[in-house]
Order: sequence, then C-alpha cells, then structure tokens
Amino acid sequence: MNISEQDIGFIKLFDSNRSFIEEHASPVVNAEREKAYAAFSAKGMPRPKTEAYKYTNLLPWFKAEHTQAFSLNGEWERVVESFQCNVNELDSYTIYTVNGRYCDSGKNGTLPDGIVVGSFAELSKEYPELMEKHYGSLADVESDGFVALNSMFAIDGVFVYVPKNKVLEKPLQIINILSGDRDLMINQRNLIVVEENAQARVLFCDHTASNMRFVVNSVTEGFVAESGMLDFYNLQNQHNGTVMLGGYYFDQESRSLLNANYFTLHTGITRNNIYARLNGAKAENHVSGLYVIDKNQHVDNFTFIDHAVADCESNELFKGVMDDASTGAFTGRIMVAPDAQRTNAYQSNNNLLLTNSAKINTRPQLEIYADDVKCSHGATVGQLDEEAMFYLRARGISKEEANILLMFAFAYQVIEKINVPALKDQIRELVEKRFRGELDKCDSCVVCGQIGVQQLQTESR
Amino acid sequence: MASEQDKLLEEVTNREYQYGFHSDIEMDVLPKGLSEEVVAEISRRKGEPEFMLEYRLKAYRNWLKMKVPDWAHLKINEIDFQDIIYYAAPKKKPRLDSMDDVDPELRATFDKLGIPLDEQKILSGIAVDAIIDSVSVKTTFRETLAEKGIIFCSMSEAIKEHSDLVKKYLGSVVPPEDNYFAALNTAVFSDGSFVYIPKGVRCPMELSSYFRINTMNTGQFERTLIIAEEDSYVSYLEGCTAPMRDENQLHAAVVEIVALERAEVKYSTVQNWYPGDKEGKGGIYNFVTKRGLCKGDYSKISWTQVETGSAITWKYPSCVLMGNNSVGEFYSVALTNNFQQADTGTKMIHLGKNTRSLIVSKGISAGRSQNSYRGLVKVSKNADNARNFSQCDSMLLGDKCGAHTFPYLEINNNTAKVEHEATTSKIGEDQIFYCNQRGINTEDAVGLIVNGYVKEVINQLPMEFAVEAQKLLQISLEGSVG
Amino acid sequence: MLKIRNLRAVIDGKEILRGINLDIKAGEIHAIMGPNGSGKSTLAAVLAGNEAFEVIEGSVEFNGKDLLDMSPEDRAREGLFLSFQYPVEIPGVSMTNFLRTALNEQKKYRGEEILSASDFLKLMRDRKKLVDMDSDLTNRSVNEGFSGGEKKKNEIFQMAMLNPGLAILDETDSGLDIDALRVVANGVNKLRRPDNATILITHYQRLLDYIVPDKVHVLFKGQIVKSAGKELAVELEKNGYDWIKQEMEA
Repeated sequence: MNISEQDIGFIKLFDSNRSFIEEHASPVVNAEREKAYAAFSAKGMPRPKTEAYKYTNLLPWFKAEHTQAFSLNGEWERVVESFQCNVNELDSYTIYTVNGRYCDSGKNGTLPDGIVVGSFAELSKEYPELMEKHYGSLADVESDGFVALNSMFAIDGVFVYVPKNKVLEKPLQIINILSGDRDLMINQRNLIVVEENAQARVLFCDHTASNMRFVVNSVTEGFVAESGMLDFYNLQNQHNGTVMLGGYYFDQESRSLLNANYFTLHTGITRNNIYARLNGAKAENHVSGLYVIDKNQHVDNFTFIDHAVADCESNELFKGVMDDASTGAFTGRIMVAPDAQRTNAYQSNNNLLLTNSAKINTRPQLEIYADDVKCSHGATVGQLDEEAMFYLRARGISKEEANILLMFAFAYQVIEKINVPALKDQIRELVEKRFRGELDKCDSCVVCGQIGVQQLQTESR
Repeated sequence: MASEQDKLLEEVTNREYQYGFHSDIEMDVLPKGLSEEVVAEISRRKGEPEFMLEYRLKAYRNWLKMKVPDWAHLKINEIDFQDIIYYAAPKKKPRLDSMDDVDPELRATFDKLGIPLDEQKILSGIAVDAIIDSVSVKTTFRETLAEKGIIFCSMSEAIKEHSDLVKKYLGSVVPPEDNYFAALNTAVFSDGSFVYIPKGVRCPMELSSYFRINTMNTGQFERTLIIAEEDSYVSYLEGCTAPMRDENQLHAAVVEIVALERAEVKYSTVQNWYPGDKEGKGGIYNFVTKRGLCKGDYSKISWTQVETGSAITWKYPSCVLMGNNSVGEFYSVALTNNFQQADTGTKMIHLGKNTRSLIVSKGISAGRSQNSYRGLVKVSKNADNARNFSQCDSMLLGDKCGAHTFPYLEINNNTAKVEHEATTSKIGEDQIFYCNQRGINTEDAVGLIVNGYVKEVINQLPMEFAVEAQKLLQISLEGSVG
Repeated sequence: MLKIRNLRAVIDGKEILRGINLDIKAGEIHAIMGPNGSGKSTLAAVLAGNEAFEVIEGSVEFNGKDLLDMSPEDRAREGLFLSFQYPVEIPGVSMTNFLRTALNEQKKYRGEEILSASDFLKLMRDRKKLVDMDSDLTNRSVNEGFSGGEKKKNEIFQMAMLNPGLAILDETDSGLDIDALRVVANGVNKLRRPDNATILITHYQRLLDYIVPDKVHVLFKGQIVKSAGKELAVELEKNGYDWIKQEMEA
C-alpha cells in the first residue's frame, strides 16, 4: 500500500527531529521506535475505509504541520499552579502532565515505600528490565498506524510501578492538562506495571486549560500480574476543540482483576481504543464507559476483549447519551481463542438519542473459537421510558426534571461500577451537572479541581 | 464422554452427501472463460432482445473494474473466473407445458431429488420451476396460475414475453453495480424464475424453484425476479442441490423482490448445495445477493432460510423498507460442519416511517467450520418510529469450530427503537443427560435439542418444507456433540 | 371538588370512555366498580393526564379549574394523586431523591417554602410510620425489586408524602394478601380528612370492607350505569356483574 502525503509529512518531521527525540529517551523506547518507524513507513495511518476506523476519521486532524509538543519545554509550571489553587479534590496522590510531559509538582505526597511513580522519560531509563519485558508488547505498531505514530514520537508521559505485594491505598490521580497559546499535537506514552499480588487505583483526568486545538495521540500500556488488581478510571473533560485518540492496552495474568471505567463528559472528537487480554486463568475483567455528548461532539469507543486462555470472565457495559448533532460509535469485540474453554463474556451497549440530528453506530461483535463458553452481547438504541416519564410527571415532577432524572437513571449503572466511594460521589455529581447543562469548560471539575479556561486566562494576565 | 462424542462427531463427518450423484444428460455447453464475446453469446443463444445485451455488457464492464469483497469472515481460495463454464443447457429442450418431452435422465434426476415434476404425483399443490445448470427445464401448474393472471415462468421466457415488466423491474432492487457477484450475475445469468402476482391476487399455491448444478466446471448464475402488485400475496420456495465434485463450483445468484402497497411476499430457502468432503475439498461457493424492496406502504417481505450446504456461503437476504408502515423479516438457520464457512445475515434498511423489522438468526457450528452472522440495521434520518428487534444465537458443537456475530446498528433517528441480542453457548450437556436418562440416545437427543433451538425459524417455513428442513438438519447433526 | 361531564376518550381509535358523568365533593369516598375492560383504569389514566389516551369530548373540572387543559405534572401539583395499578420501576432514581423532587416542585408551584433536608427527612420518617412502611424501602431505587405488595404500599406512602386533595386508587387492592390490604386500607383511612376525597377503583368488594365508600358506581362499557350507596357493592359481590349486563342489554 502506498502511504499518503500526510504520512510522509510525519516521516519527514521524524527524520528531522530524530536525534533530539532519541537523546531524551531510553534505549528500549528507541529500539521500539525503530520498529515503529519501519511499520509507519510501510503502512502509514489507517485510512477512513479501514474497518476498525469506519466510524471515526481522524485524518483531517492528524497533521505534521501542527506544532509538536515534544519540542516545547517549560511554561507548564504556571499551569499546574493554577490547577492547584482551586482545590476540591479527592484524597489522592496527585501528579500532573502538561501537554504530554510529566510535571513534578512536588505534590505527590509520600508514596508508600517501593512504589514508583513519575516521568516515563526518566524512569524508563532506570528500569530497563521492566521496559524490556513490557514496552510495546501490547500496543502493536504493526496493527495500528496510530500506535506506530505514537511509538515513533514517544518521549514522555507517566510511569507507574507497583512491585510485588505492594498496595497503593489511596488512588493515584494523574491529571493530564493540555495548555498553551497555539495549536498542538501531543504523543503521550504511559506505562503501568502492577506486579504479583499488588494493588493500585489509577485515575486519569484529561483536561484542557486553553482554547487552542489539541490533537492528542496517547498510548497507555498496563500490566496486571498474577493476583494483581488494578482499578483504572479515565475521566475526560476537554473542550470542543480537542481531538483525543486514547489507546489503553491491558494485559492480565492469572487471578488478576481489572476494573476499567471510561467517562467522556466533554470532548471534541474522541476515539478510545480499549484492549484487554485475559492471559491467565481466572482473570477477571470489568470494563465500562459512559459518554454524554452534545453539539458536534463525537465519541467512538472501540473495545476488544481478548480471551486468550481458558477460565476467564469479562463483563462490559457502555452507555451513551447523544444530544444535538453529536455522534456516538461503539464497537465491542469479544474474542474467545481456541481452547479458551469455560469463558464467560458479557457485553452490553445502550444508547439514548435525544434529537433527530444525533446519531449512533454500534457494532457488538462476538468471535468465538471454543465451544464451552457463555457469551452474550446486546445493544439497544432508544428513548427514555415513556411509562416512567408519566409516572414521574404524575407525581408533579416537570417534564424537564423528569428527563434529567431518567437520563441520570440511565447512566447510573455505569457510575455504580466505580469502586472508590469518594470518586463515585464526585462523578455522580459531575454527571448530574452534565445533564443539567451546568458542566461547562468554564466550570470547575469537582474531581480534579480544574478551573475553567476563561478563569485561567484572566488569572494569567 | 468426550471420546464417545468425538466418535459420533467423526461418524457425522463421514456421512456422505446424499444428493451427490451426477446425471448423464446431454448438455449444450459454451467453452470455459469469460469475455464480452461470451456474454454476447449467452444473450444470443437465449434469443434475447437488444436491451438485455446492452444491460449485460454494461454489467460486465463494471464487473471488470470491481474487486472480490474481502470484508467477510471467510477464507476464499482465489477464484479463476476463466476456468468456469458460463453456459450449459440440456440439449433436448423440453416443451414447457408437458412432461412428455423431458429427457428421461432428467426426470430421473428430479425423481431422485424427490421433486415432483409430474403433475399427477403432486399432492401438495406446489407449482415447481426446475432449473438445471441455470436453465429452467420445467414449470408446472402454469395454466392454473394463468387463470388468476399470475405469471410463473422462466426468466428467459419472461425476458421475451414480458419484456415491459422485466425492463421496469430487473435491476431496480439490486443494480448491476451493486457488488462484485451481482455484477457478474447480471452479465452472465442464463435463467431463473420470474413471478408476477397481479393486483389483489393471493397466489393460491406455493411457488417453488429447484436448482441443480450438474455439469462439471459450470458456474450457476440464476436470476429471480418477483413482483407483487398492490394487495397481493405470494409464498415462494427454493431448494438447491449439486453433485459431489472435487473442485469448487461457483454459484452467484441474484434474487430481487418488489412488493407494492399492502403486498406480502414470503421467500423461503432450503439450501443444500454440496458442502465439500470431510477434508474440505470441493463444494459450492455460494455467493448470493438477495434483496427485497418494500416499495409500497404497508408492504411486507419475509425471508426464511435454512442453510446447510455449500463450502462457502456469502449471503445477506435484505429488506429495503421504503414504504411507510412496511415490514421486513429475516429468519435464518445456518448450519456448518467439517470445513464449511458461512458468513450470512441480513440488512434491514429503514427509510419509511413506522417501519418494522425482525431478525431471528440461529447458527450451529460443528467440525472445523466457521459460522458468522453479519447484519446491518440502518435507520435513516426520516424513518420516524422505526422498530427493530434482532436475536442472534449461536450454538457450538465441538471445540474446533467457530461461531461469530457481527451486527452493525446505524441509527440516525431519535424515535427509533432498536434492540439487538446475541448469545453463544454449547449444546446443553444437562439437556442431553436429561434425555439420556429418559432413554433417548445422545444422537437423537442432539437432534431433538437442535430442532427445538431452531423451531422459531422452521415454523416460518411452509409445512412440506419444514419437514424437509428438519430432516436435513437431523442428517447433518446426528451425534455431533463436542 | 371534581366535576366530570360527558367525558369521552379513545386509544388507538377505540372509544373506551363513552360519556362519563361524575361529581365528587370534598370529604367523600367513591368506589368505581365494573367488570374487566369496562374502562375503570382508563378513567384513572385520563384524569391523571396519560397522553396515550385522547379525550374527544367532555370536560373535567377540578377545584374549579379545567383539568384537561393541564399537563400531568400540573394536575399532580394541583393535588391530584394517582396510585398506579402497575407502579413503574425506575432503577437508578432513589426514592428519596424522587420524593424530594416531587414535593419541592409541588411547593414551588404553590409558592410555598421548600423543605430543608432535615425537615424533609423528618417528614419521611413520620409518614413511613403512618403507613407502616419498612424503612429500608426508601433507600432503594423507585419500585425497583419491590414485591407487588411493597409497590402498593409505596404508592400509599407517596400519597401520604404528597398529601393530595383527590386520590385515585387504581386497583390498589389487586394482588395483595390480607395483611398488606389492611396496611393499605389503614393508610388511606388515616389520611382521610374533610377537605380531601378519594376514588377507589376496584374489581372486588373486598377492599370496601376496610374502606367504606359513600357512593358506589358501576362502570360498564365506558359509561356509569348505576350509582348507589355502599350496599351496591355487596350486591355486586353476591351476584357478580351479569345481572347488570342483562339489565343493560334488555
């Protein structure tokens, strides 16, 4: 296949910045970069006709002409300070990235002994064995051109390492801020390693702090070893000019447990590639998501649960509310490998369309090569229950209020899956505000204490 | 238990295809290969009017520019389109209204298939159009139908004698450029059935086509067109078989249905093309485009299919719900065994207001087969109050096969209610045990359970067909518990 | 309080109410009885404003206002309460949030002060006791996973919370065992005041042993064909509805 002008643009950009990029990265990352470069040069970015990207075309935004974040430095400390002064936050260890670069705010608190959290650029050099073992092993540069693109330009992001038997009691909150006074493209790379019998709760909050166009291509690889447990939350609250491609790739070994929750409350265009490989017997995977969008926003959750071995269980629930002319998409692929017997895999996707300009495309998929399995999926598109609506109105509740109550009731099942009570309360509040139209980019985010773009700009003057 | 089941499974895979005989009928055959000349020659031999030749050539030129679709969950060996015979007809042309002139060998063939060509023998009251190697050899009950104004004849005849209807409707549902195999069919189709039900007429009997591929290296490209005028009703059945051959044979048919206001068309298929042997050698490539257009308000098109044959099935009987309040239905049983592959399902395209569709699909995979459901439910922006419900279940018999479900739901209207449900599981061991305990052997138990599992679909078939379909499933399934 | 004149209503083109006339005064309890399909539940639904039914003729006056002109929520805020025959389950909406919203909307509508959180909780406790409601039911989602009896009790509890002028109890007795029936009836009796009224819609006389009506009406084929005192209910219990049918058809 011939690659496009656009792809060549990225290759040229890479060629001319290669030495700068490699100088700041570890050998393992650079070795993978070599592979990514070869893969990208051969195939480029996925074309709009590619089955996996059928419902989301990112090409109009992925352009080498954007200023690339890797070349920028400094400036972000002020951004982080602004965040810190507006506090209504979770009892958590909090760290920041700005435009894909890890930012030492000195606010981490004291992490429990042995637990390592920090800059991917730095720590990837300090832990070559971990890197050797894991880096690039899930996010495959051959199968997705956007992963190749990320791996070509990857320098920094967040590195989380929870060694054997260690437990991170409080959630680790990673606040990813996009900021600056020009349009930016960002390739962020994160790694999460949870070793045998270790436990962690990691929360990614994605925010924008200025009104520029941000194009984000982020890749997170997570590994949960035997009997390990990871709660992973992604809360996206970005302005309408954001184009966010988030790749979340997880591997689970025996008896491990992964709860992953993806909330999209505000965005421009979001595509989440959510992959989990159940790679050890008795591994358990719960993935859920809620997307609440309006205006011309677009969210596409592309999920792939890979039952590679026998005796695992997965449970998937995604719900979406589409208002105005927004468009939603969902793909839920469950694959049960040959011999992955006694697999239980369930999946459900429910959608509400609030206007006649809103759209939803949903593709639940089962691909099953073993016979002793219980698998099911379901997808629905519909409206709020008319009977429930009448019941509420007959109790004196106005149509508008009943609408909000029922929308909230629709979302409730997903919110209930959050395992951190304080976070659950805050997200509940956030979602309700969202339904009331009170959550805007100018508002504070109750989870992170994010302050609005306008407020931030006023303060910085 | 497992080893016993394996043994039973093996027994099934060793079972011979019961319709795999070959008949020595003298055939008039065009040389292998495809070109504009071949297309023109087919048209010439059939004595077609000029417009058909033009139509075919246009489709052929389009086809040259197209590529074999690769999105299905199928592994298809490359097809050499120059290695196929595109026209083969029995030399002795039967007179279509009498049995007397039919080649005795041909009669014997249909007797073996259990198809009643002889009107004396018909008890069930089904009108039959028998098609061998793409040429219609016999249509029964024509006179009875003609009294009501119903036209039931071969496509070749229709092109000559009802060219106004053919001109108006042929390609109106499946345009020649629709897809690769439809384009190929349009260029080379040799025959098929034509049905016209006039306004207000309920067709008094089931209309039926039997398709048979006989000649070696032949492709079968039949074309069916059904037109149901306002307030009419027809139920149409098709059945198909082929001899056992080591090489793959191509079957690329197109079926078009047009239902006008308040018309209802029921289309049932029992597909039992030769599936190949237990090593996966030979068998029919069944690449079929079937589509119905609910053109008029309150019209209804219902597809029922029982697919047990073919090496590869690529088939999506669809409904375009254009008329307001129109209804589309799809009931399917797809059974694959050995190395068979099936990628089948439906498309329900909701365009009119208050349109409804229902999808019930039951897949059964055994041996080393791969069985996929693929379906699209699309609700367009103006299709207010569209309703769809889809239920797609898969059953696995054995641990070397695959069962897959790929639905697409594309919803552009906020008054739509669309629900899709799918489950995959193996046959219930507890159910088998329960039957065993009551003295029913495992083979019979599997038969019972599977018949229960597919009942919802089989019930949609006309009685005679339902019995046949049930037998067919039983034959293919006895003992295949994994 | 309620004045119904020649009320006619259709659903899917079928006329279910065919000219209902009924007057209810404050302090009264009316029972509406009738065989299945006579239009009892339709009458309740139409009064509450269910949009599935279309009113084609007639008028309903509620406390001097045109009821049919109001949205379902305004009818409720005016003091009309419908105890549903089949209360709807709404997973994800907590009973507390639901009732608080309903009560506050009513207060806002009437220009009254909104209850503070603690006053609201106090009121809930108080009303729960009044209708003998298990306290944990209010911690759950609206009707979700409630048994048939719990759902009906929950309706009466909501009635106690919202304190309506006119309560319509649609088959509240159906599917209840004798204990639950007593609880429901006690609740209704306790809430009875000279300034409110109740319509009991029921198929059986059983409920009327516990709540004694002032008037009994028989609804048949969409019309009230007979009205009398409570003795009519006893007669219906004894002789069934056949004699009414015969009388009508004669």
